[in-house]
Order: sequence, then C-alpha cells, then structure tokens
Amino acid sequence: MWENFPLFPEAASTAASRVDRLFFFILIVCAFFTLLIFTLVFTFAIRYRRRSPSERPRPISGSLRLEIVWSLVPLAIAMVIFAWGSRLYVALARPPAEALHIFVVGKQWMWKFQHIEGQREINELHVPVGKPVRLTMSSEDVIHSLFVPAFRVKTDVLPGRYTRMWFEATKPGTYHLFCAEYCGTSHSEMRGRVVVMEPARFQEWLGGGRAGESLEARGAQLFAQLGCASCHEPAPGARGPSLVGLFGKTVELQGGGSVTADETYLRESIVNPQAKIVSGFQPIMPTYAGQVSEEGLLQLVVYIMSLEEKAARK
Amino acid sequence: MTTRLELSPPPQHYLNWSYTARSWLLSTDHKRIGILYLLSITFFFFIGGAFAVLIRLELMTPAGDLVHSETYNRLFTAHGVIMIFFFLIPSIPAVLGNFLIPLMIGARDLAFPKLNLLSWYIFLAGAAFTMAAVFSGGVDTGWTFYAPYSSVYSNSAVMLTGIGVFITGFSSILTGLNFIVTIHTLRAPGLTWFRLPLFVWAHYATSLIMVLGTPVLAITVALLALERLFGVGVFDPRIGGDPILFQHLFWFYSHPAVYIMILPGMGVVSEIVACFSRKRVFGYSAIALASLAIAVLGFLVWGHHMFVSGQSAYASNIFSILSFLVAIPSAIKVFNWTATFYRGSIAYDTPMLYAFGFIGLFTMGGLTGLFLATLAVDVHVHDTYFIVAHFHYIMVGGMVMAYMGGLHFWWPKITGRMYPEGWAKFAALVIFIGFNLTFFPQFVLGYLGMPRRYHVYPDEFQVLNVMSSAGASILGVGYLIPMIYFVWSIRHAPVASSNPWRAAGLEWQTPSPPPADNFPETPVVETEAYPYSEMEVEVVDV
Amino acid sequence: MSEQALAHHFDTIEEQKEASSLGMWVFLVTEVMFFGGVFTAYAIYRHDYFNAFAAASHHLDIALGGINTAVLLTSSLTMVLAVNAAASGSRKALLGFLALTAVLGCVFLGIKAIEYGHKFEDGLFPGPGFRFEGPLARNAELFYIFYFSMTGLHALHMVIGVGLLAWLLALSRRGTFRPGYYTPVEVVGLYWHFVDVIWIFLFPILYLVGRHHGP
Repeated sequence: MWENFPLFPEAASTAASRVDRLFFFILIVCAFFTLLIFTLVFTFAIRYRRRSPSERPRPISGSLRLEIVWSLVPLAIAMVIFAWGSRLYVALARPPAEALHIFVVGKQWMWKFQHIEGQREINELHVPVGKPVRLTMSSEDVIHSLFVPAFRVKTDVLPGRYTRMWFEATKPGTYHLFCAEYCGTSHSEMRGRVVVMEPARFQEWLGGGRAGESLEARGAQLFAQLGCASCHEPAPGARGPSLVGLFGKTVELQGGGSVTADETYLRESIVNPQAKIVSGFQPIMPTYAGQVSEEGLLQLVVYIMSLEEKAARK
Repeated sequence: MTTRLELSPPPQHYLNWSYTARSWLLSTDHKRIGILYLLSITFFFFIGGAFAVLIRLELMTPAGDLVHSETYNRLFTAHGVIMIFFFLIPSIPAVLGNFLIPLMIGARDLAFPKLNLLSWYIFLAGAAFTMAAVFSGGVDTGWTFYAPYSSVYSNSAVMLTGIGVFITGFSSILTGLNFIVTIHTLRAPGLTWFRLPLFVWAHYATSLIMVLGTPVLAITVALLALERLFGVGVFDPRIGGDPILFQHLFWFYSHPAVYIMILPGMGVVSEIVACFSRKRVFGYSAIALASLAIAVLGFLVWGHHMFVSGQSAYASNIFSILSFLVAIPSAIKVFNWTATFYRGSIAYDTPMLYAFGFIGLFTMGGLTGLFLATLAVDVHVHDTYFIVAHFHYIMVGGMVMAYMGGLHFWWPKITGRMYPEGWAKFAALVIFIGFNLTFFPQFVLGYLGMPRRYHVYPDEFQVLNVMSSAGASILGVGYLIPMIYFVWSIRHAPVASSNPWRAAGLEWQTPSPPPADNFPETPVVETEAYPYSEMEVEVVDV
Repeated sequence: MSEQALAHHFDTIEEQKEASSLGMWVFLVTEVMFFGGVFTAYAIYRHDYFNAFAAASHHLDIALGGINTAVLLTSSLTMVLAVNAAASGSRKALLGFLALTAVLGCVFLGIKAIEYGHKFEDGLFPGPGFRFEGPLARNAELFYIFYFSMTGLHALHMVIGVGLLAWLLALSRRGTFRPGYYTPVEVVGLYWHFVDVIWIFLFPILYLVGRHHGP
C-alpha cells in the first residue's frame, strides 16, 4: 500500500498468495460471525429494552435443535478451514527436489548464510527469483526463528538440531528478514534482508569474488583433518559404518529400531555418537562436541551428503 | 418464589465486627480473604499496567530511544509475568469466587477456610520473590522462559522469578482444591448440580484446570531452576537434552492456564446476562457442559504454540484439529448468551454494558484464534503482534471486562454501597474505545510481519504503533476512573439494599454486606438457578 | 464432645470427614501431575538414550534400593495398622504404629543419605565434578540429573510426611482421636501411601534399567 503506512504485506513467494487466500477466507468467516453477533446483540438489546421495572419475560429454557445447529455449523466451517490449512501446510513443508540448498546458522545476534558453492553472507541472503530455495538451519546458542514476512515462511532455528524451510520467490526485490523467537538483548536487531534477483544476475553475484571454497570441499578437508576416514572406510571389517551413499537411507540401530540418516542424524552422530549405535558396530566413536564449530558441522554434513551423489554416479 | 429485600445493612456484618489488623490478616472468613485478594491483585494490576505504559511509550518510535534493549526486555517480561500470574489467574476466582461461592451455594464458608488464608499468604510470598526479581534488575526471558536462553544464557534473575512463580502456583492449586471440595460437599439442601448458578459451574471447571495443570508448571519451573543452579540440566542440548521438551512441558500448563483466566469471566457474564435480561440463561445445561468441555479439551491443544518449533507435521496436524474443536464450546456459550437477550427485559446498567463488551470483544478475540489454529496461516503470524492482539482481545477485552462487570454487579453486596452509575457507564465507554484503539492496529501490524518482543522496528510500522500507544493512554485513563470512584464509594456513596438488582441467587438473599456467617439459617433450595419469571420481591425496612 | 472437632462451617461430622477425604484425594491428584511431568520427561529420554541410561543405572546400589523398598512397604503396613488402631480407639497402639511408621520413614531417609554420599564420592553428581567412564558419559549425566531430581523430590515428600506423623503423634498423645473422629490420621495415611506408591514406580524405572540383560 502506501510506502510509509502499509496495511498489508507484499506477497513475494509462491506460498504467499496461497496463504493470503486462506487468510481472507478465514477473515470473511470471522467478519460474518462478528457482524452476526454484534447485530443480534444490538438488535435484541434495543428491541427488548426494559420499558417498565415490573416486566417479567417469559422463561425460555433452551432448544436442543438450536444447540445442535450452532454446534455443528461452526464445527463444519472449522473443519473446512482446518483441511485447507493442513493441506497448504503439508504442501509447504516439503521442498521440491531441485531446490537450491542454502545453509543457515543463527547465533546471538546475527544470521550466517552459506551457499553450497562457498559464498557466505551475514544478515543478507541473495536468492534467485522463480527457483525454489531450501534452507537447512541450526543455531549456535539459543532458539532463534527465521521469518520472512513477504514469503509467509517462518521456522525456529534450534541448537543441536537442524530444521528446514523452503520458499520460491516470485518477485525481485528486497524484503525484511527477522528473528522471530526472542533470543536475548539484541533480538530485535537480529534482522536482515532477502535480496531476490533475476537468475542471470544471481549467477553473476555467485560467481563474483569472495566465494572461497565450497562447503563440500571444506567438509572434505575437515573430514581428513579429524581423521574420520581411519574408521569410516568403505571396506568390510572397518571400525565404523561406511558413509558412502548413507544420506537419506534407513539405518538399523543396535537394540532394535531404525532411523533415517538425515542432516540431524549426521550432526548428532558427530557430537553425540553414543545416542544411536548402528547395528553391528561397537560403541567406540569418540565425541567431537566442542572440537567442531556449528559451521564445521555443517561442512561435514554437506560433505557426507555429497558422498551419496558420488555413489549414485558410480 | 419470594425473595426478601432489606433496605438497610445489618448493624453487624463481616466488615465491621472488628477493625483490627489481626482480625483481617488472620481472618479465615472467605469474604475478608476475597477483599485481601482484591487489594493485592489491584496493586499488581497497576504495576503490570505501569510496565505496559512504558512499553507503549517506547514503541511510539521505531528506534530504541526511551530505554536500552536490556531494560525493554525486562519490561515486557515483567508485564507478562505480573499480569498473568499476579492478576489474571487469581483475579475472578480469588476475589469473586472466594467471596461468592459459599454464598451462592448457601454455605457458611469454603470447605477449608484456613487453607484459603494460607493461599493468600502463599500468593504474597510468591509475589515477594517475583517483585524482588523485577526490582533488583529484572528478568529478561519473556514470561515463557524458553530454554536454553533462560537456563543457560540469560544473565538475569531467572532463579528468583522461577521461585516466585513456583510458590504462587501453590496458591492457585489450593484455591482450586478448596472450590472443588466446597462445591461437592457444601451445597445447601435441594441445591442439585443443575440448579447451581453458572458462575459456580464455571469455577468448578476452572478449579479442575488449576488442580491438574498448575503442578506441571511447578515441575517445569523446578527443572529449569535446577538446570540454572547446577549449570547442567534436562533441557541442555550439550548432554543430549531437548529444549523443545521445555516447550511441551511449559505449554502443557500454560495453554490450559488461559482457560483458567477466561472461564470465570464467562461465569460472571452468565450471571449478569440473566439478571439484566430478567430471564434464565438460554441453554443452561449447554453452558454448564461447555465449561467442562473447555476444561478437558483445553488440555489437549498445547502444541498449537509450537507449530514452527520443529515439531513433527503429524503432531502439528493433531494439535490443529483439536484447537478447532476447543473453539466450539466457547462459540456455543456466545450463541446462548445472545439467545438469552431474545424477548428479555434488557437493562443497561453498568454490569450489563461490560457483559455486552465481553460478548463482542471475546467473540472477536476468539475468532482470531481460528487464524492461529490454521497451520499455514499460523506459520506466518506466530510470534508476531497478531498473537499479541489475539490474546489481549481475549484477556483484556474479555476477562478484564468480565471482572469489571462482576465487580460492579457485586459491589453493593461486597461493600453495602452503590457505585456512581453515571461515572461507571462513562468509564466503561472509555475503556471500550481505548481498548479497541490499542489492540486492533496490532492485528494489522502482526500480519504485516512485526515480530513480538521487538524493542526497535522498521520505520513503516510506526503509524500503527502510534495508534496503539494512543489507545493505551485512553485505556489507562479508563481504568483509573473506577479505581477512584470505587474507593470514594466506600464512604460516600448511597447505601445499597440487600438486592439492588432484584437478582436471583442465594447471595442476594442475605443482607448487604453479609453477616460473618453468611446466613442466619441454611437456606433450602427449591427452584432452578434463575427463577426470574416467578420472582416476587418482598421489601423489608429493617 | 463431637462438637469440639466439628468446624463451624460444617453441619455434621460426616460432612467434615467427607470434605477432608475429598480434599486429600484432590491434593494427591495434583501430586500425580507434579511427578507426572518429570516421569514423562524421564520416559522420553530413557527411550532416546537407552544404552546410556542402562549403563548409568548399573552404578546405582540395587541392594540399598531394594532394602528401602521393603522399608517403605512395611511403613505403609504400619500406617494402615495405625489407622485401624485409631478407628478402634486403642490409643497406645495408635501411638506405637505412628511412631514406628515415622521411624521407618527416617530409616528410608537415612539409607537414601548413605546412597547419595556414595554417589558424591563416585563423582556421579551432575555438574562440573561429574565423572563417568566410557563413551556414554554425556547421556549418563542426564540420567543422574533425573535420578537426583526424582529421588530428591520424593525424599522431600518423605520429610514432609515424617513431619505430618510427628504432628499426629502430638495430637494422639493429647487424646484428640477416638473412634468417632480420626480423620487426620486417615488423611495423612492417604498421603503416606501415595509417597510409597511413587517410590514403587521410582525404584524399577531408575534402579532396574536393563538389568534383565544381565550385569
């Protein structure tokens, strides 16, 4: 709306217009019931106002039929809203397979974005328009929450775990990025911008200068540095399970049970390896908690994820 | 049914039989304890309100120019903690519930009068710890105390506040326990469950929640305090703990807590609506059972505070659908109150104005809950001013209006004096206008994306923030007016008869103010709760 | 004589007794919810970190824990006998059984204190001084946080229980109780049994984790 006095946020993602549509539907339902109650109360209050102090209205105890009607009708409407919201939520929960993968680390009081090719940004996130982008996020300290109002997306960012979110921007421009979970003194300053660019310009920006090594390459270095390969050799009789092709697979655990090898599992296995022991292996892996930073963990995870692709290509 | 109306107060009643401090501070009379609570929670309301004023002053400009960030964070935490634990949760139950429940059921006191007094002292002890925390530098975690910020990272008085909240919880538990046992065992002869006033039903449902939910808050706060004390704990990811567990435990109480706050208000509204329509409430059983339904369902929806927390989509779906279900009993109540007006004899005394305000604003606030129960929309508005507006509509537009309505309705019974009707109506109007001006813009701000707990904000949010702050100043004035005339009325207002409203209910069958033992002899009940159509009033000039 | 014990707001002694009983049951429900919170948290972590919890649990003294279980169960028996004695008006028996229950409660607390002492010496108290051999140390510390919190809370309730028994002893010596009025004894009995029941749950879930797999 007006520059200085907006009343409705811009809709700049594929999700935004869908969320807005649902929002307006609920708004109409609310407005309807509000007007209904206000009108009825107002009308009754005036029409039946007390005209003499000795008035004695006829007692009406109730009506089962009315109770049923005004229970079931709102219930039906509520279920429609629920179903619509649930479908949209589930659709928005799963990123498309071809989404651009960007990693996010939140810490008091800044956002660190890491493109897979190596580009790093602080408090600013460049993305291409018209392409889905998925974010894998974790926190170095307390719970934060990444919120982009124009995209209508928000997900908490947690210590010790990865959370995921995705969006597809539809309009080039610059949009607010907020931390939406109170995280201490400068919570309201933990803000930034999402810069949406035309794909060509985005490629230019990616290629421009300060990229440095890709996450995968850094991860490979760390993997070698920390000596992971000494146990995790893809050979029979190795002390640790092979990591090639591991990402996304189901892992059988000691003592029964299984787990999907997602980013959170990989991260946990590095900092708390005893939590889940793979069936058939000894619980001898030492913990690397405290030795590897959150970013380092991300790099290792990306490297292990890449081993999957190499396996597929073989 | 004939009801006696005595024009003058009795020579000796619960207020004047002794004026000594000892007789007040060691009183086990539920009416005096109700007054003690009234004084305490009014005090805390104004402290919590003062913090709100500072918050709204700061938010008039986008920059943080009134206070530093650390201070601002402590201000909003103090506002939340004080308003929730030391005003909203005790208010109607500890003031009006304590005063009225024995009267309404024809009893001489609650089942455990000494526990009742103990609950007030526990309340004060908890308040002392919390005030010590607030005024010794404050706590900056938000009233929700999320780990690991509150357990590991915050440099503020988390322990002290935690101890204060833990202690105050027992006050709530004792009140609920007292009400449950009282309602079960001390009803007058002939007073069956379905002849009880809806106020009593509402407090019974509230007491169930108090008794079942508050202990979970207690253990959560205890575990948090232990983690803070020993530097390691069950929510610490460094030893495999899960901060999300804190959220589950915390909201398991804190969601039902909001029903502790609103159910008593709904009970008050039922009484006022019946009296000022001179009709029994439409759908009495529906409202009574809806109160119980709210209490039960209220325990099943806590995860709707955690849709974006990393909780599984499966769990989120279940919590979403249950959250829609819990809205239905509240809707049923609003429809029934509205139907009560139909063909009633509607008067516009101040209590009824507050009841109208409640119905309108609670409906609006409750409906906005639909946005929040809806998964995809909540993702956008969670942790924004939309949420802040939603709960203030229900708590301030709903609960506080019901409380004000109840205070005005029963003021003559409690004090033996009438409040000034003209000023009261004026204040009600000021409050209504100020309230809407304060909080409606916040819905817009929230959908725009302004997060909550923000000390500084982008420039384009300023106009709406200024509107909200302007409203807050009007609202503040609105609350001051009754403070003044209520105090004035105690000495200078006209004396009230025992039943100035010609209301049904056993509490109106005793003099105003009631004698210490409530009833000269235990009444016997032979009618439904709202026998307005058969009521004859016999005026007695004693 | 009955009127002395009857509070002014009750009509009959039966009404008062009914209210006192119901009041204690409602209170016990609140205690179930209180302990329930920490039991739930424990259950979740035990599921997630079973190996570490089993290893940590093996360091608990199953003999002392077992003895304490027997002590508490016996104390519940003596409590029931005390209520019986009150109902039948035998003041001496009432005093004896109340005292015995209190003594058994103190024995429980004493053994608990010894156990805690051992744990401190072994470096199993959570915090900076925590030491645990092997790779499972991280989550083992989590186990010990629960061990100390849950048994500590339970012990606190025992202390309150012993205090309540002392109060009953004082009242009994003054001859307050008789067959027509012994509600406080019954109500404290309810509380005592509840505290016992909490231990019946605590013992296996804390001390016997994974024991059937062998030492």
